Amino acid sequence: MSSEQLFQAFIYLAAAVAIVPLARRFGLGSVLGYLIAGIIIGPFGLRLVGEGGEDVMHFAEFGVVMMLFVVGLELEPALLWRLRAPILGLGGLQVLVTSLVVAGLALLLGLPWQAALAIGMIMSLSSTAIVLQSLAEKGQLKTDAGQSAFAVLLFQDIAVIPLLAIFPLLAVGGIDGHTAEGQHGAQTLISALPAWAQTLAVLGAVAAIIVAGRFLVRPALRAIAGARLREVFTAAALLLVIGIALLMTLVGLSPALGTFLAGVVLANSEYRHELESDIEPFKGLLLGLFFIAVGASVDFALILGQPLLIAGLVAGIMAVKFAILFGLAKVFRLSLDQGLLFAFALPQVGEFAFVLFSFADQNGVLEPAISGPLVAAVALSMVLTPLLLLVYERVVQPRFADRNRVEREADVIDQQGPVIIAGFGSFGSTVGRLLRANGVPTTVLDIDSDRVELLRKLGLKVYYGDATRYDLLHTAGAEQAKLLVMALDTPEKTLELVHTVKTHFPHIKIMARAFDWGDAHQLIEAGVEYVYREALDTALRMGTDALHELGFRAHQAHRAAQTFRLHDDRSLHELSAIRAQQGEYLSAARQRIEELEQVLLSDRQDRGLERDAGWDAESLREEFREVSGAKG
Amino acid sequence: MARVLILFAHPALEKSRVHRRLLREVPGLTGITFNDLYEHYPDFNIDVPREQALLLEHDLLILQHPMFWYSTPAILKQWLDLVLEHGWAYGSQGNMLHGKRVLSLVTTGGGAMAYQHEGYNRFTMREFLLPVEQSFRLCKMVVLPPYMIHGTHQMTLASIEQIAVQYRRLLELLRDDRIDINTLIDQPTLNVALGARLEHADR
Repeated sequence: MSSEQLFQAFIYLAAAVAIVPLARRFGLGSVLGYLIAGIIIGPFGLRLVGEGGEDVMHFAEFGVVMMLFVVGLELEPALLWRLRAPILGLGGLQVLVTSLVVAGLALLLGLPWQAALAIGMIMSLSSTAIVLQSLAEKGQLKTDAGQSAFAVLLFQDIAVIPLLAIFPLLAVGGIDGHTAEGQHGAQTLISALPAWAQTLAVLGAVAAIIVAGRFLVRPALRAIAGARLREVFTAAALLLVIGIALLMTLVGLSPALGTFLAGVVLANSEYRHELESDIEPFKGLLLGLFFIAVGASVDFALILGQPLLIAGLVAGIMAVKFAILFGLAKVFRLSLDQGLLFAFALPQVGEFAFVLFSFADQNGVLEPAISGPLVAAVALSMVLTPLLLLVYERVVQPRFADRNRVEREADVIDQQGPVIIAGFGSFGSTVGRLLRANGVPTTVLDIDSDRVELLRKLGLKVYYGDATRYDLLHTAGAEQAKLLVMALDTPEKTLELVHTVKTHFPHIKIMARAFDWGDAHQLIEAGVEYVYREALDTALRMGTDALHELGFRAHQAHRAAQTFRLHDDRSLHELSAIRAQQGEYLSAARQRIEELEQVLLSDRQDRGLERDAGWDAESLREEFREVSGAKG
Repeated sequence: MARVLILFAHPALEKSRVHRRLLREVPGLTGITFNDLYEHYPDFNIDVPREQALLLEHDLLILQHPMFWYSTPAILKQWLDLVLEHGWAYGSQGNMLHGKRVLSLVTTGGGAMAYQHEGYNRFTMREFLLPVEQSFRLCKMVVLPPYMIHGTHQMTLASIEQIAVQYRRLLELLRDDRIDINTLIDQPTLNVALGARLEHADR
């Protein structure tokens, strides 16, 4: 890596680290933060990045591919099937109506019909990256508007394929399509084949993803997980995404569409959370990079040269798109606030327009004098989107606040269990079974891939992953969880998890399995209220049976054990306090012996727990003796 | 002001329409302590020192429960057995509860007519509750007539609401010492003794 590349990486990362937290602090959201960072380091600002900006954007666009994979992972096939009407109907109408209206306006402005149609089609697309990231950040992706926006974006991704095919036909000079080399360019492995073979190849690729996702990827992931090497699993996740993207590019489909499909296929698998949290950081960084590149690409020189023209273009395009979106939302019966959110989210023109404009340039469909201002307008419309969503959030949404809150709450209960169980061995599984038997939904995390596989065969919903990781807890819905049941196999892991949860999710009640006195103390010191020593109840039951065998009445032995249990618990907490005072002076072994001694002594001294005096007539008999003695 | 302790016993509160509704009134009332026995002691392992301390801190005890087989739910019997110790609650040395007041607040599925000598159940409520009454008398406490909520099997939601309003007024009257105990101590039920006073808030 040359020092120039290192310097570029340094600039991008520094801009992100410096600006994005500030933007979030002021409630602007991360997307706007990245865009601002891009503008600052771009040619118009500090001039720290120059010509390389466009290459960076192409590279960073892979973040969109990863994002669609993650979105797919969160979308189960059944849900996608339910979305088929919005995808085809809402998405199809949006692209069609916007294309025609914009093309008509362009015709009125005096452009030839070929150029007008090309502009119309380009302008109908929206920015998947900006919209999905902004909505996800505000938790609006699961709302009606979020789902509808997603459906439209998905259709646009499909629509790009025929658009690329139509463009060469619109060329005024009749330049053939083979000179075009966009990222999604027409030049593919199969472009030499006849049309029917191309169609077959495309369908075959899609079928391959679905079949391989179901029958090949899961066993493969299982074998890799069995090796227990985190970075290899991460590598496998990346390999999966890149492999699918490659396959899709070869057959001329959008890579984002392919990875989205793969994500949906894997949404029901036990590795969903793990894949999600592995891809997440890469996705986040690349998307950030992408937004910075968009910010840096805004050509302020051009804008300032023709400020009125550009402003008019931006306002005109966004107003037209907004009106069409809102109208369609009405047709598709979205409620007023959701319809507005839908229209506020999608009126920008997408990043794909950059590719299509250069493609159109090369094809001779558009002249640079026309496409130049349009590209600037597209970039501006993208930058304005987070601001528009901010306006929606601050001005429009408060008017609908109550209704929204109710919807959101129902959603949360629907989506995630109020209980997370970490560790599903014999201990955790017993807890989980009891909860499930009583209709309590649970999210289970387990690190043993063989066990995860087995439990899934038995019909339980179990996810694979290391529960002590913050990001996994996050994806498992720790924000909404009420309880965390910790039934991990080692005291070290349990303590680690306690610290993670206490730091990041302080609202969760922790119930922790402990092994002996020692780690029970540590858990109490760490602030865990509910500590369960795993052997205690079994040992007490055995002791009860032993007493019974020796001639104690069953109920007497049972009461003795109940009483002893309370006494034992009291001793634990008393000793825990003593231990906290002593600090680290004693060696662990010495401490264990001393504690055993103290416990054994107190077992015989603790008289405060004698509770069955009401069933003991001894004092009554004594009183009767006194009375009759006095008489006689 | 009397310090009121409600000793509540229902083994399946989640299935009870009336008690669940009544209990919603309690948090809004000051000066009333609510002690849910089945919630505190699901294993019947009653904490005797805790229960005795609670009794000492209050002047008036209400045993609120449904009628099971003409008697209290099982945990109340366990509570009587273990908490009212000889030498503490009764016996020549046992005077800790002396002079405190106590009453039962009981729901029954059957109607009021069934609990008459000529009725289906052949005895009155006061008669069915005699073991409880005498237990507390042995502890030198003042026993008030029971407050009855009859006919819960056929109760409409509207009448449950009405019952809840009366329940709240009863608790307020008892807490604020606005009932002359001497005049009503021999009445068959507290409902009869209080009559219309529960219908209007400011009597």
